[in-house]
Amino acid sequence: MDRHALNSGAFTVVSNSPSVVTVDSVSNAAATPEREQPWAALGLKEDEYAKIREILGRRPTSGELAMYSVMWSEHCSYKSSKIYLRQFGQKVSEKMKKNLMVGMGENAGVVDVGNGWAVTFKIESHNHPSYIEPFQGAATGVGGIVRDIISMGARPVAVMDALRFGRIDDPDTARVVHGVVSGISFYGNCLGLPNIGGETYFDSVYQANPLVNALAVGVLRHEDLHLANARGVGNKVVLFGARTGGDGIGGASILASDSFSAGGPTKRPAVQVGDPFAEKVLIECCLELFQQELVEGIQDLGAAGISCATSELASNGDGGMFIELERVLLRDPTLTAEEILMSESQERMMAIVTPEKLEGFLAATAKWDVETSVLGEVTDTGRLIINWHGEEIVNVEPRTVAVDGPVYERPVAYPAWIDALQADSASKLSRPTSGDELREQALRLLGSANLADKSWITNQYDTYVLGNTALSFPDDGGMVRVDEESGLGFAVATDANGRFCQLDPYAGAQLALAEAFRNVAVTGATPVAVSDCLNFGSPENPEVMWQFSQAIAGISDGCLAMEIPVTGGNVSFYNQTGDVPIHPTPVIAVLGVIDDVAKRIPAGWQDEGDNIYLLGTTGLELDGSAWAGVIHDHLGGRPPVVDLDAELQLAALIAAGSDQSLIGSAHDLADGGLVQALAEATLRFGVGARIWITEIMQRDGVDAATALFSESTGRVIVSVPREDDVKFQGLCEGRGYPVLRIGVTDAGGALEIQDQFTVELDELRRVHRSTLSDAFGPVIGQ
Amino acid sequence: MTRIGVITFPGSLDDRDAQRAVRIAGATPVALWHGDHDLQGVDAVILPGGFAYGDYLRAGAIASFAPIMSEVIDAANKGVPVLGICNGFQMLAEARLVPGAHTRNAHQQFIRRDQKMRVENSDTAWTNEFAAGAEIIIPMKNADGRYVADAETIARVEGNGQVVFRYLDVNPNGSINEIAGVSNERGNVVGLMPHPEHATEAGFGPDMPEAMASGTDGIAFFTSAIRALQAV
Repeated sequence: MDRHALNSGAFTVVSNSPSVVTVDSVSNAAATPEREQPWAALGLKEDEYAKIREILGRRPTSGELAMYSVMWSEHCSYKSSKIYLRQFGQKVSEKMKKNLMVGMGENAGVVDVGNGWAVTFKIESHNHPSYIEPFQGAATGVGGIVRDIISMGARPVAVMDALRFGRIDDPDTARVVHGVVSGISFYGNCLGLPNIGGETYFDSVYQANPLVNALAVGVLRHEDLHLANARGVGNKVVLFGARTGGDGIGGASILASDSFSAGGPTKRPAVQVGDPFAEKVLIECCLELFQQELVEGIQDLGAAGISCATSELASNGDGGMFIELERVLLRDPTLTAEEILMSESQERMMAIVTPEKLEGFLAATAKWDVETSVLGEVTDTGRLIINWHGEEIVNVEPRTVAVDGPVYERPVAYPAWIDALQADSASKLSRPTSGDELREQALRLLGSANLADKSWITNQYDTYVLGNTALSFPDDGGMVRVDEESGLGFAVATDANGRFCQLDPYAGAQLALAEAFRNVAVTGATPVAVSDCLNFGSPENPEVMWQFSQAIAGISDGCLAMEIPVTGGNVSFYNQTGDVPIHPTPVIAVLGVIDDVAKRIPAGWQDEGDNIYLLGTTGLELDGSAWAGVIHDHLGGRPPVVDLDAELQLAALIAAGSDQSLIGSAHDLADGGLVQALAEATLRFGVGARIWITEIMQRDGVDAATALFSESTGRVIVSVPREDDVKFQGLCEGRGYPVLRIGVTDAGGALEIQDQFTVELDELRRVHRSTLSDAFGPVIGQ
Repeated sequence: MTRIGVITFPGSLDDRDAQRAVRIAGATPVALWHGDHDLQGVDAVILPGGFAYGDYLRAGAIASFAPIMSEVIDAANKGVPVLGICNGFQMLAEARLVPGAHTRNAHQQFIRRDQKMRVENSDTAWTNEFAAGAEIIIPMKNADGRYVADAETIARVEGNGQVVFRYLDVNPNGSINEIAGVSNERGNVVGLMPHPEHATEAGFGPDMPEAMASGTDGIAFFTSAIRALQAV
C-alpha cells in the first residue's frame, strides 16, 4: 500500500489543501454509523473493528480508527504473545527482584549495579524495514532503541546488533548486508555511541526476511531515573525534536505485523527515514532537561508515533489528555490528521512539563536548536481528546487504545515434522579420522560464513568514542566502564542459535541464554539481567505458536534457574515470506556487572608459555552443529544437553579466577566447537599454541572429530600464566568443575593439534579473513 | 595550570574524550560552546571529533562558520595552539587555517582501525614532545578522511615541513602522499584525522605489541601544547 492509496482509498478524507480539510469528527461519526471504513486495509480484523465500535458506542472516526489500528497491531499490542510473556513476571525469585529497579513494561528495564549507579538496556527488532530499505531500516532501528534508553533518564553509552542474513552467496544478500551495515555504521557512529559487539549469521531461512535486532545500553545515577507518564492536571504536553513527516505511516501495523508475500506491494513508504544528527542533539537536549529537572517525564516516539505516545502517557498517568493536533510541526503541510497520528517519523520526543517550568524547558530546547511545540495538557477527564482545527476528531478512553487491546489465545499445534527431524541425528554422519581430513574440515569451518572473521562489518563501527570501551569484538562480550573513579563497569553479549531452536525451541532458547550468560562470564563480569528479542514466523501458524510457547517457557524457566530477571525486550512475529517461517530465533542479551573493568579478560592468548585449560566435558553432540551444517549440509537430531547448574558453577569459577587475576584469557566454546575456539583464541593476538586432545578423548570417551567439533555446553578454554598454575588448579579442584590441561601457548607461529595436524598462523588468518571480504569487498589493511 | 578549551558543537562526539585527555596530560580542560563569542581566556583550543551540524553540505563546512570560529581564527592567527581532530581537522581546512580539504574515503566506507603513523615534524605546538620521525599508533575512525589538495599546494606543504603526520603500512582512506595531518606555516595550528585523545589511557587505547588496549602515544600531543605554552 502506498501513501496515496492510503489517502484516497483507505480514508474518506480527501483534500489537497490543509485549510479546507473535510474532517471526520466525533459528532460526524455518531451521525453516520453506516459509513464504510477501511479497517482491513489498516490491518484490523473484522472482530477487532466490531470491538472498537462496541467500546466507543459508535463507529470510530477516521482518526480513532488510525490510532486503534496501529496500537492494536501485533507489534504494539503483543496480542498473540501477551499470555505467554506473563511467565517472565511470574517465574521470579527474591534474588531476581533484588537489583531490579524497573522491570518489564516500561521503555527499558533498569538494574542497580552498585555505588549509586544503574544500567538500563534493551534489545529490539527492526526486521521488516531492514529488508525493504536496508540502510534506513537498520539506521532507524538503532535510533529507536536509543530513544527508549534516553526516556528512562539515562545517557546511552553503547550499542550492539544481532544480525541475520540470507546465504552469503545469494545475489540479494550483498544488497541487504551493505545497506544494513552502513545504516548501523552511519547512525550509531554519528550518535557517538561505541558499537561493542553483537553477532552475524548467514542462513537461507533469513533470505527473504533478515533479522536486524538492535541493542542499546544506558547508564544513570539512581536519582535520575524517570518514568514516562502524564500526571498533574494542567501540565503541558510538549512535542519536540524533528518535524513530523509522511514516513513510516503504518510501520507498526501493515509492515511489522504482517508477512511479506511474493508479488505484494513493497510497503516502502512504511519505512522511516532517520537523521542521526537530529537524534544526537535530542540526546544532549533530553539529558539537559532531566539534569535541570525541567520535565516530569519523557516518552519517545517510535512505533505508532503520536498515537502511541499520547495514549500511553495518558494511560500511565492521570488518565486524561487534551491535544490540538494542528500544533504539530510538519515537514509536509499536506499531511492529514490521520497521517499525523500514525506517522513514525524519527527523532521525536513527547514531554510532560509543569506550566511554571515551561519557560525553562523552551530555553533548553532553543539552546540545542530543537524545535518544540506545546500540543495540549493533562486533564482529569479520563479521556484522550484530540482536536483538529477546532473539531474533535478523537475522544477515547486511553487505556482502550494503549493497554486493553485484544488478547489472543492463538491455536497451538505440535509440528507435524519435528519428530522426524529430531530422529535424524548427525551422529550417524561420517566423521573424519585422519589428521589431514580433520585439518581440512577444521579450515572449512573456520572459513564458513558464520564462523569467519567479521572485521569487514565491525571495522565500520566506532568502538572508541566516549573512551570507556574495555572490550569489544572479537571478544566474547562487550565491556564498558561506567564509573571512572572505581572502574565499575558492565558487560553485555547477545546470542541465539536458530538451528538449535528449530530442532527444539525449549532447549534452543535455553542454549541461547546459557551461551550469552557464558559469554558475559568469560569477560570476568557477573551476569545480572536479560533482555530478549523474540523473532518468529506468523502467529497465525499454530506450529509457530508452539515454537513460541516452547521458547518462552525455556527462557523463563532458564532465567528462574539462573536467577537473572528478564527486564524487557520485544516480540517480532510474521518473520516469513510466503508460508515458510524463519527458524525460531530468540536472541538473548545478557548484562553483567564487573567491579573494576581493569580485571577484564580477553578472548585470546596474549603471552607465550601460558598453560591452556579446557573447562567442562565433551560428549557426542553434533546435532545442529556448525560441523553438521557446513560439512554435511545437515540439520537434524536434538541440540546439546542444557545444564544450567553447570553454567552457574562455571561462571562462578571464572569470576573467582578473575578476582584473583589468575586468568590470562577465556573463550567460550560454541559454534564450531573446540577447534574453532582454539583458532579464534590464536588469531585474537596472533600467538600460537600446541594442543593435545588425547586426554579429552580418553576421559570423555570420544573420537578426535567429536573432541574438536562437538558443541557440548558448559565449556570454556582459559589460558593461565605458569606462575598462577597451582592456584588455578586448586581453584578448579576446590569447586569440582571438570578441568584438563590441553596445551600451551608458544611462539611457534602455528596452531598445532598434536598427532593430528598443524596450521600456520598465516594460513589460519587467511582462511578466517577471506570469506566476508570475498563476498562484500576488501577489508582495509588486510 | 595550562587551560585548554574544547569546543562543543551540535553533533560533536569526542568532546568529553578530548577533555579527559587534557586532564590526563596535566592541564585543565575548559568546555567552550559553539554559539558563544568567547574563548574564556584559554591558552589553547581543541576542535574535537564528531559530525558537527550533521556534516551537512560537507564535513566541517557549516561548523567553520560557527560564531565561536571567528575567535578561534583570531587566536590561531595570533599564535595560540589549536588542534583539530578528525571533524576538527575538517573544520580547520574549511576555515582555511590549514591547507587542503577532505573527501569521502577512497573505499567509500567508514573505517575504524588502530593506525600507525610517523611524526614528520616534531617542531609544532602539538608535537614537540615527540622524537623526530617517531612511529606511533593512534586510533582513527572516519568516513570523510581522504586528504586532498592541488599539486602546487601539496608541493608547498611538503616543502615547508607542514606535513606533520604520515600514515605508515596502510593508507586507510586514499589520502595524497599518505598525509594524516598537517599544520599551518607557523606550526601552532595542527589538524589530523586520527584521534590522539583515544590513546591517552592504558586499558582504553589501541592494542600494542606488549598488551591489549595499552597504547598511550596520544598523551604527547597534549603535553607538547603545555610545553609550547610554557616556553612562550
